[in-house]
Amino acid sequence: MTMVKTFPRGGVHPPACKITAESPIRTAPLPPEVIIPLSQHIGAPATPIVKAGDKVLAGQCIAEAGGFVSAPVHSSVSGTVVKVDTFPDVSGYRRPAVQIKVEDDVWVDTVDRTPDLVCASDLTPEEIIASVRSAGVVGMGGATFPLHVKLAVPPGKKAELLLVNAAECEPYLTCDHRVMLEHAAEVAAGVALLVRALQVERAVIGIESNKPDAIAAMSAAVAGRPGISVEPLRVKYPQGGEKQLIKAITGREVPPGGLPVDVGVVPCNVGTALAVYEAVLKHKPLVERIVTVTGPALAEPANWKVRIGTPFSWLVNLSGGMPEDTGKIISGGPMMGKAAPSLEVPVTKGTSGILLLPASQSLRRPASPCIRCGRCVTVCPMGLEPYLLSKLSALSRLDEAEQHHIADCIECGSCSYTCPSARPLLDYIRLGKAVVMKKLRLQGRK
Amino acid sequence: MMKNSLVVAPSPHIHDAASVPHLMRDVVIALMPAFAVSVYRFGWGALYVAAVSVASCMLFEYLIQRFLLHRPSSLNDWSAVVTGLLLAFNVPSNLPPAILVFGALTAIGVGKMTFGGLGNNPFNPALVGRVVLLISFPVQMTTWPVPQGFSTGIFDATTGATALGILKESTGTVQEAMAQMPSYLDMLTGRMGGSMGETAAAALLLGFVYLLVRRVITWHIPVTIMATVAVFTGIFWMADSTQYASPLFHLLSGGLILGAVFMATDYVTSPMTHAGMVVYGIGIGLITVLIRMYGSYPEGMSFAILIMNAMVPLINLYIRPRRFGEEVKRG
Amino acid sequence: MNTILFTVATLTFTGLCAALILYFTSRRFFVEEDSRIDGVQEMLPGANCGGCGAAGCRAFAEQLVGADSMDGLRCPVGGDEVMKNIAAYLGREVQAGVPQVAVVRCNGTCENRPARQHYDGADRCAIAHALFVGAGGCAYGCLGCGDCVAACQFGALSMDAETGLPVVDASRCTACGACVKACPRGIVELRKKFPGNRQIYVSCVSHDKGAVARKICAAACIGCGKCQKTCTFEAITLENNVAWIDSTKCRLCRKCAEACPTHSIVERNFPARRPAPEAKPAAAATVGTPNQA
Repeated sequence: MTMVKTFPRGGVHPPACKITAESPIRTAPLPPEVIIPLSQHIGAPATPIVKAGDKVLAGQCIAEAGGFVSAPVHSSVSGTVVKVDTFPDVSGYRRPAVQIKVEDDVWVDTVDRTPDLVCASDLTPEEIIASVRSAGVVGMGGATFPLHVKLAVPPGKKAELLLVNAAECEPYLTCDHRVMLEHAAEVAAGVALLVRALQVERAVIGIESNKPDAIAAMSAAVAGRPGISVEPLRVKYPQGGEKQLIKAITGREVPPGGLPVDVGVVPCNVGTALAVYEAVLKHKPLVERIVTVTGPALAEPANWKVRIGTPFSWLVNLSGGMPEDTGKIISGGPMMGKAAPSLEVPVTKGTSGILLLPASQSLRRPASPCIRCGRCVTVCPMGLEPYLLSKLSALSRLDEAEQHHIADCIECGSCSYTCPSARPLLDYIRLGKAVVMKKLRLQGRK
Repeated sequence: MMKNSLVVAPSPHIHDAASVPHLMRDVVIALMPAFAVSVYRFGWGALYVAAVSVASCMLFEYLIQRFLLHRPSSLNDWSAVVTGLLLAFNVPSNLPPAILVFGALTAIGVGKMTFGGLGNNPFNPALVGRVVLLISFPVQMTTWPVPQGFSTGIFDATTGATALGILKESTGTVQEAMAQMPSYLDMLTGRMGGSMGETAAAALLLGFVYLLVRRVITWHIPVTIMATVAVFTGIFWMADSTQYASPLFHLLSGGLILGAVFMATDYVTSPMTHAGMVVYGIGIGLITVLIRMYGSYPEGMSFAILIMNAMVPLINLYIRPRRFGEEVKRG
Repeated sequence: MNTILFTVATLTFTGLCAALILYFTSRRFFVEEDSRIDGVQEMLPGANCGGCGAAGCRAFAEQLVGADSMDGLRCPVGGDEVMKNIAAYLGREVQAGVPQVAVVRCNGTCENRPARQHYDGADRCAIAHALFVGAGGCAYGCLGCGDCVAACQFGALSMDAETGLPVVDASRCTACGACVKACPRGIVELRKKFPGNRQIYVSCVSHDKGAVARKICAAACIGCGKCQKTCTFEAITLENNVAWIDSTKCRLCRKCAEACPTHSIVERNFPARRPAPEAKPAAAATVGTPNQA
């Protein structure tokens, strides 16, 4: 019995609810129409290069990166551009997007869509990064940070370790789990490419120990690849938090306001590794991803391989339709996902799951006064005092909140989850953090 | 909420099952073994004290919320029940009802509601009630009935001194005082005089285990208090065992276990961090022993907890959790 | 006897020592301060609302005393009278400002813009704003959590339970601007105060295109520009699909309100219109409803 690693401070244990862990990935049929947002990543939105009436092929670039911290966007289907306009995103706010009417399924001919495994050749790091960049690969764990920016290690810093995040600590979500089971070899190849691109010696794939099958599959897949290993992790939320994962595996702590590379680590999600493999060796841009469609009342919860831009409603209908008593639609997991105002929202590069909660689980308990039990302090993985930050933020005493490190909050939600008085701690902390972060950015010392 | 309309809220979208009423109810459950032993030992007196105390605490909380603060009733959070039970545990089982009701009024009215209700009181309400009664009615509050079960009435029970009282009053050596005292087995099972709920150490410890298993409290406060008392009294005892009682005696006598497990761990009036809890526990342990050895009262647990309650804001100010990444460790 | 003498002597000595220490510390740490600051502070309303831009009345008094002229310094709460008094006290000149009043530019009532979702987060507009478009589906309209009401120190704002929108009590509003800063969507505007609290304004700030805006809210400004054409005083500008009436140019003729196809131009506190022979009665009735507020 080996000791499974974990981060030492804080964390909670929400029920796993991994309903779809045993469901193989299914390829979703094409919807009649897709809406492809131009801002599916952190950074500048992409600039559209198509107009209404243009014919596009699947895999064709429809918008170029709007800057260095940005990523190009490709059409996920073949068809005709209906319009380039603003469409509601998951928050309901209208953002620029391209609407395409689906006609057939014709791909750009450079894309290799065969399932054959291509072996890594003698690509240089520059070639790999260029492929990743032109394929529009972004972090697929949810943060959607353009990957080529992460791979370009800033001068003066040195990456020593690639950390592949396969913890999947969010309840309900199983897309990473299924990817590891069904595409272990491809993921391993992707990891090898990333290792080469970063010119590091070592890569560790961190997997929560409640997925022994995934640990076995990945261990077997990386067996022939020196330097790449698999590390089981204790089941604890937020094990998949970037800083918590680095702490668990390397024992190093990313300094406040710092980046993982400050401690020599470059983290990336397991789905990203698969996307890197497809981008570099199969010449396939990021136009598809695995989405877990789940919920306690859903008739056929499943893991779908879907084209970017597919409406949530299409996937939910494929999974048995929206249950009568649905009270909340969540894009992502229940701890950090965003509640969507409707199902008419497109899947983006960062959509890991669609969770439908029944009405009975949708409303929060009414908040009662803080009893100063200190549980929020105990569970905070960042060593903060959520009860205090929340209060300071609610009173707009943001200078004090800044002194108490409100900017360190990773918004994991452990405090709100655990509060016996059901106080909306994170709501207020997030509010104050946004203001403080804006101020820090203006001061130019992010 | 409108029919069929979707809910939109910031994350997280799920919540732990534990709530304030749950936690308070668990405390009540944890108190039950000790209460059962008290009823067995003190008979009708224990039942009467608990009933009057809980009922009057709930009544006062309701009345104050309703007519003075004009707020919705907070009875459903069970905190008044806990306060009532703890107050009952801290008084002799033959206390005249008027005094007990006055104690409940002090506990809820002065100890809790004056500060704005649950969550805002700096001092443990039950202890505020108890200490005010102890100072105002010293005779009634220290007339301890001898455990006789249901064989006598409430107010005509035979009375005697507590173990700590005997120790304080005795002029000879500890061994002479010990001769008049209950055995350690009696102390564990509550066969001695004392406040209604403090006597049965074993039953109280059973409650402690329950609270730990249910994750209502952590071990930090009770264990540090007991360890501090044991170490501190142990040093004196080893230095001169004819003058000072043994650590085991100190642990099992008086309200030490009741205080350490149920009173000092009150969420509202204890520190936020585990490190702070340890400091708080050590403080309570030290003050308790100092009062027991040098103070004019035989027992110092209540005072020690109240004094450390006052220190809690200071502890929270100086003992903070360590910020993640503060000192970069190269592993 | 000796005991008494000793006690008296030691107490006197201790008292003297303490007095000396107090005397020297107060001398040592004495802060030189313009005495006029206290005088000016006395004249200010003392609400510490921050409407002047300073952190509070004391800070504003310091600014006033320290400044060379009264330009740009104005207490919106005290208004002209207070500023005149202060100017006289400091021996300076002051120009009269234009009295203003806060106006809520959203008419997304429960009927005009029915709720599509139920917001279940902490009851703060700023939090809801950062999260999503709002239950009404409008990305620019009122969220109804009452951040402006909470910000008002003068009790001039209240939520109308029926419409779900905040209502300004013009008699209490001091135009301090706290609500303007509090609103995350910039709906509240300080406008010129007209006699009898009459007010005519575009009660919508939606930048959405006409068709989109109209679909979301029945009372949305669709940016058609009809009001602009009717206005004879060039008071109306059209930008980002939304019209805006410049209250300093407006003469309250009310022609624009008649022209507005969605009735997004609201008139308040006007006497009832004379029944014009050709005016549509239904339209007049709808326009007239906000008068009761």
